[in-house]
Amino acid sequence: MKGWLHQYSIVGRKIPTEEEPEPPTYRLKIFAPNQVNAKSRFWYFLRKLKRVKKSSGEILNISEVFERKPTQVKNYGIWIRYKSRSDTINMYREYRDVTITGAVEQMYKDMSGRHRARWSSIWVLKAMPVAAKDCRRPKITQFHDSKIKFALPHQCPRASKRKYQTPFKAKRPTTIVQ
Amino acid sequence: MVFRRFVEIGRVVLVNYGKDRGKLGVIVDVVDHNRALVDGPLTGLARQTINWKSLTLTPFKVKIQHSSRTGVVRKAWEEAKITEQWQNTAWYKKLCARRNKQKLGDFDRFKVMIAKKRKSAMIHSQWKRLKSQQQ
Repeated sequence: MKGWLHQYSIVGRKIPTEEEPEPPTYRLKIFAPNQVNAKSRFWYFLRKLKRVKKSSGEILNISEVFERKPTQVKNYGIWIRYKSRSDTINMYREYRDVTITGAVEQMYKDMSGRHRARWSSIWVLKAMPVAAKDCRRPKITQFHDSKIKFALPHQCPRASKRKYQTPFKAKRPTTIVQ
Repeated sequence: MVFRRFVEIGRVVLVNYGKDRGKLGVIVDVVDHNRALVDGPLTGLARQTINWKSLTLTPFKVKIQHSSRTGVVRKAWEEAKITEQWQNTAWYKKLCARRNKQKLGDFDRFKVMIAKKRKSAMIHSQWKRLKSQQQ
């Protein structure tokens, strides 16, 4: 499954001046669909945190952060702050995925479905893998079972390719595979 | 028990959708209520997460622990002789037959039609002969 988000590590600072020849450098990790958007988000977040603006600042480095083990399932905790229609709300959410970007993607979809919160009104404050013993949500902990076993009681047969799908069938499908 | 095939660590599955369609794999880990981490080192199926919607459970199982590495999965697969077991099933033979049928060209289909006709003519003549003998 190829996602739409990437994680970028961006380093930037104020442009050095005579009064301030060595301004402090800042690094943020940003989830964004591309580098252009990532840089924009970098300045958006940095000017909220520090007195630095894009007009008087420079980006020193931007590099993509890749998942070290993209073939291992992990639990991710995501701390977010989002603007609902009436208030600003802090939230902690948990997801299971193989990559952190996948977990953040899940979060954006979940927030859009459950809380009608869009990309523009969600800030990802922190996202990190969480050990199984520290997970809080039953939705996640229910999968913490090395002898997990369950049936798939309703399986809809699918055409092998999208172009072979038809809206109407001559026969009622068998949805149960024992 | 109603169900005999379960989602379990080590359950062999068949991918039935997408570019890996027709390949076998092993459930290495359950990601969430939608997806599993599937690995098929001997079938050319790269280790990835796949939705249940594009998987079919098979009756076979290999002995592995959850989130086992590819090498461990390969060994368990070879020990359980999954490839041989799978190739003996009617399911596999049916899939092969369907694939072979898809490969046929126009002339091949014509030859099949002629052969079918010849076969049914032979059956019909025999049946007629037997019927006349009975009377």
